[in-house]
Amino acid sequence: MTNISRRGLLRSGAAAGVLAATGLPVMAQAKKGGRLRLGLAGANTSDSWDGRTHSDTFMIMAAFGCVFDCLTEISASGELVGELAESWESTPDAKTWTFKLREGVTFHNGKPFGADDVIESLNMHVAEGSKSAAQPIVAAISEMKKLGEHEVQMVLESGNADFPFLMSDYHLLMYPAGQVDEAIAKGIGTGMYRAETLDPGVRFLGKRVDSHYKDGKAGWFDEVEIIAINDASARMNALMTGQVDAVNRVDFKTEPLMKANPMVKIFEVTGNQHFTFPMLTNLDPFTDVNVRRALKHAVNRQELVDKILQGHGAVANDHHIGPANQYYAADLEQNEYDPDKARFYLKEAGMDGLSVDLSASSAAFAGAVDAAQLYQASAKNCGIDINVVQEPADGYWSNVWIKKPWCASYWSGRVTEDWMFSSVNEAGAPWNDSKWVNDRFQKLLIEARATLDSGKRREMYREMQELDSKEGGTVIPMYANFVDAASAKLANSGTIGNVFQMDSSRLIERWWFA
Amino acid sequence: MGALSRIVLHRLFLGLLTLFVVSIVIFTAVNMLPGDFAQAILGQGATPEAVTAIRRDLGLDQPPVTRYFQWLADVLHGDLGTSFAQANFVSFTGSDAEKASVLAQIGPRFANTMFLAGVTAAIAVPVSLTLGILAALYRNSAFDKVANVFTLSSISSPEFFLAYILILFLAVLNPLLPSLSNIYDGMGLGERLEKTLLPALTLTLVVTAHMMRMTRAAIINLLASPYIEMARLKGMSPMRVIVRHALPNALAPIINVIALNLAYLITGVVVVEVVFVYPGIGQLFVDSVKIRDIPVVQACCLIFAGAYILLNLLADILSILSNPRLRHPK
Repeated sequence: MTNISRRGLLRSGAAAGVLAATGLPVMAQAKKGGRLRLGLAGANTSDSWDGRTHSDTFMIMAAFGCVFDCLTEISASGELVGELAESWESTPDAKTWTFKLREGVTFHNGKPFGADDVIESLNMHVAEGSKSAAQPIVAAISEMKKLGEHEVQMVLESGNADFPFLMSDYHLLMYPAGQVDEAIAKGIGTGMYRAETLDPGVRFLGKRVDSHYKDGKAGWFDEVEIIAINDASARMNALMTGQVDAVNRVDFKTEPLMKANPMVKIFEVTGNQHFTFPMLTNLDPFTDVNVRRALKHAVNRQELVDKILQGHGAVANDHHIGPANQYYAADLEQNEYDPDKARFYLKEAGMDGLSVDLSASSAAFAGAVDAAQLYQASAKNCGIDINVVQEPADGYWSNVWIKKPWCASYWSGRVTEDWMFSSVNEAGAPWNDSKWVNDRFQKLLIEARATLDSGKRREMYREMQELDSKEGGTVIPMYANFVDAASAKLANSGTIGNVFQMDSSRLIERWWFA
Repeated sequence: MGALSRIVLHRLFLGLLTLFVVSIVIFTAVNMLPGDFAQAILGQGATPEAVTAIRRDLGLDQPPVTRYFQWLADVLHGDLGTSFAQANFVSFTGSDAEKASVLAQIGPRFANTMFLAGVTAAIAVPVSLTLGILAALYRNSAFDKVANVFTLSSISSPEFFLAYILILFLAVLNPLLPSLSNIYDGMGLGERLEKTLLPALTLTLVVTAHMMRMTRAAIINLLASPYIEMARLKGMSPMRVIVRHALPNALAPIINVIALNLAYLITGVVVVEVVFVYPGIGQLFVDSVKIRDIPVVQACCLIFAGAYILLNLLADILSILSNPRLRHPK
């Protein structure tokens, strides 16, 4: 059983149940009971149960990780398993997908879950005037058919081997058909916890439902309370004084103090989150690939990891795929800090020196302005004069990102290579923040999407990462770890998800009080 | 008393005028900040279509002057408007309009802030009056100096610093009080008081010096008056001289300072609320400025300005009542 590859499950998710069963011996130690209290940053007064609007940690943990379910789920070790879908299969062209849904599941208001709920919940994202971030995923479905009470068929516009992975996205929550408004107002889902109270930007309280299809595998706490603590010092204090049991986004400055406290455990994973400096490749001087290469060799990556992330990260290689992705090419030639190479590429571009503006703000990522200044210092040795422009954090994403020729930015990463590349590198994608268009890359992107053979996909994604790294329009110096902390009283299976912070936002279901 | 009610009416009218000016200033200032609600709420995920859709839904595509007068007309009808944050959410669902009103959003937060201000005042006012009277009584003694140095150094320290010092001593080293003041509806009064105590103590340290020093100065000022000397010559005890004879005449400035500090407790507690995660109006205000939720920002500012105006008015009325010469003008 151990040699099932993550991708092996793609065409048929029937093995999902077996996989879950192999996790049982560890779970036998898990204990039921207690009230879990989380102190989370990322809460807003505009929070609601509408999955289309979710983008910040508080609501992702409360909805995706607690009150609602998706069709599929990515387990802590990275396999795709069924959540509300029991199994799925596709035609060989990866265009038509059939999902078998779990039977006997009910929403918190007693309504049974079925095919209609899936269709209506997905259609929410493409409704007129929808502002959903998952709109492109659902828009790629040309037809949804109810084959039976518990069977749905989806026909895609073009083949997509990753489609079941996309169904695990935290926006694509399942709501009760015909009662969506009520479900959004009150938080009615199929999750292991029933929403008792949601005070937007302040507090959430959930109570364990009596019986659930994940019983015995997850959901150990009787109650869950999430307290919004956006201020970093207050959050760390709350954990240190035992007011909460776990917090997210550990403040690197106080991390050594927390490590010294025997009552607190830090848990840290390297995921796909990466900090970037995208250049608009349709504007001079970034139209010239040699200028882009010179800039890629003018940044001291290890220095940024050490000084900006205080070591909580890893050096990246100018492409958008991260260690949590299946086809991450770790063996590509690393773009190193090399003043000679940088000068060589400048000469290739027909320049003696280069002077460029780099816009940065703390809105892009914590320490972005400092990172830009370190970049400026290391580039000086390469004959490149970087002028750091400090931009206001307010309105940064609307006024600077994809507007200014070169700026700081970040990506939290995506679970699949195709999703990441089609968000940031596909020609015409709204978030293509470098406007980089490469014919070979675009061809591979479309070909890989519809290929089910794992070996071939690995080759194609490797070549795409290489193209992005060598020719792409984005300098990507580092991956930033997800660093969270919990009380020593909490226990887990030993495997922590790295798709998102807080055990891929599944801490509430997966952890327990030792 | 006719004169008094004339003063009150006059002051109330000026107060309304102030509120009007404040609302214009705030509206202009928030509009001058870079970015608007649509951009702030969508963040990195903003696409031009989504930004336009939200702006259209909320009327943000109208020119600012139109929007301001629209808002003003609503306020004059007693409607503080709809919070953008909640309206944006309602525009998806078409339900639960009750929740969307600014009043419904601010109400519970304001009640929390008033609770914190009340607890603080209940501690700070008696403490500072007592300290002030004692300092006046034993002026230039070791007690007077210690009290002065202590209160002055606490008022000179930034609030968050005081807050962390208190957390360090009362929550971390000696776990007596919770460092997190996340009170919520339906919490018992006892628990609520316990959770509120640390922020209240922090604020007490901040406001005590001002009130205590004013009490001390006002009393000492009077101690040189002939009638105090007369009282002393009658053989009264120093304590009685101060409490019975000096204090009533020193009330006017003391009341003024207390009112000023009470207003501060309502409007100036943002930092303390953030440090202790206290769900008061200050946090809501900061959150709303961050996402450019103009209706909520406006309403918060009106409440802040209103609190200052009313408390100052109250202070003036009380000073007049405490002074027979003002009470019966010739």
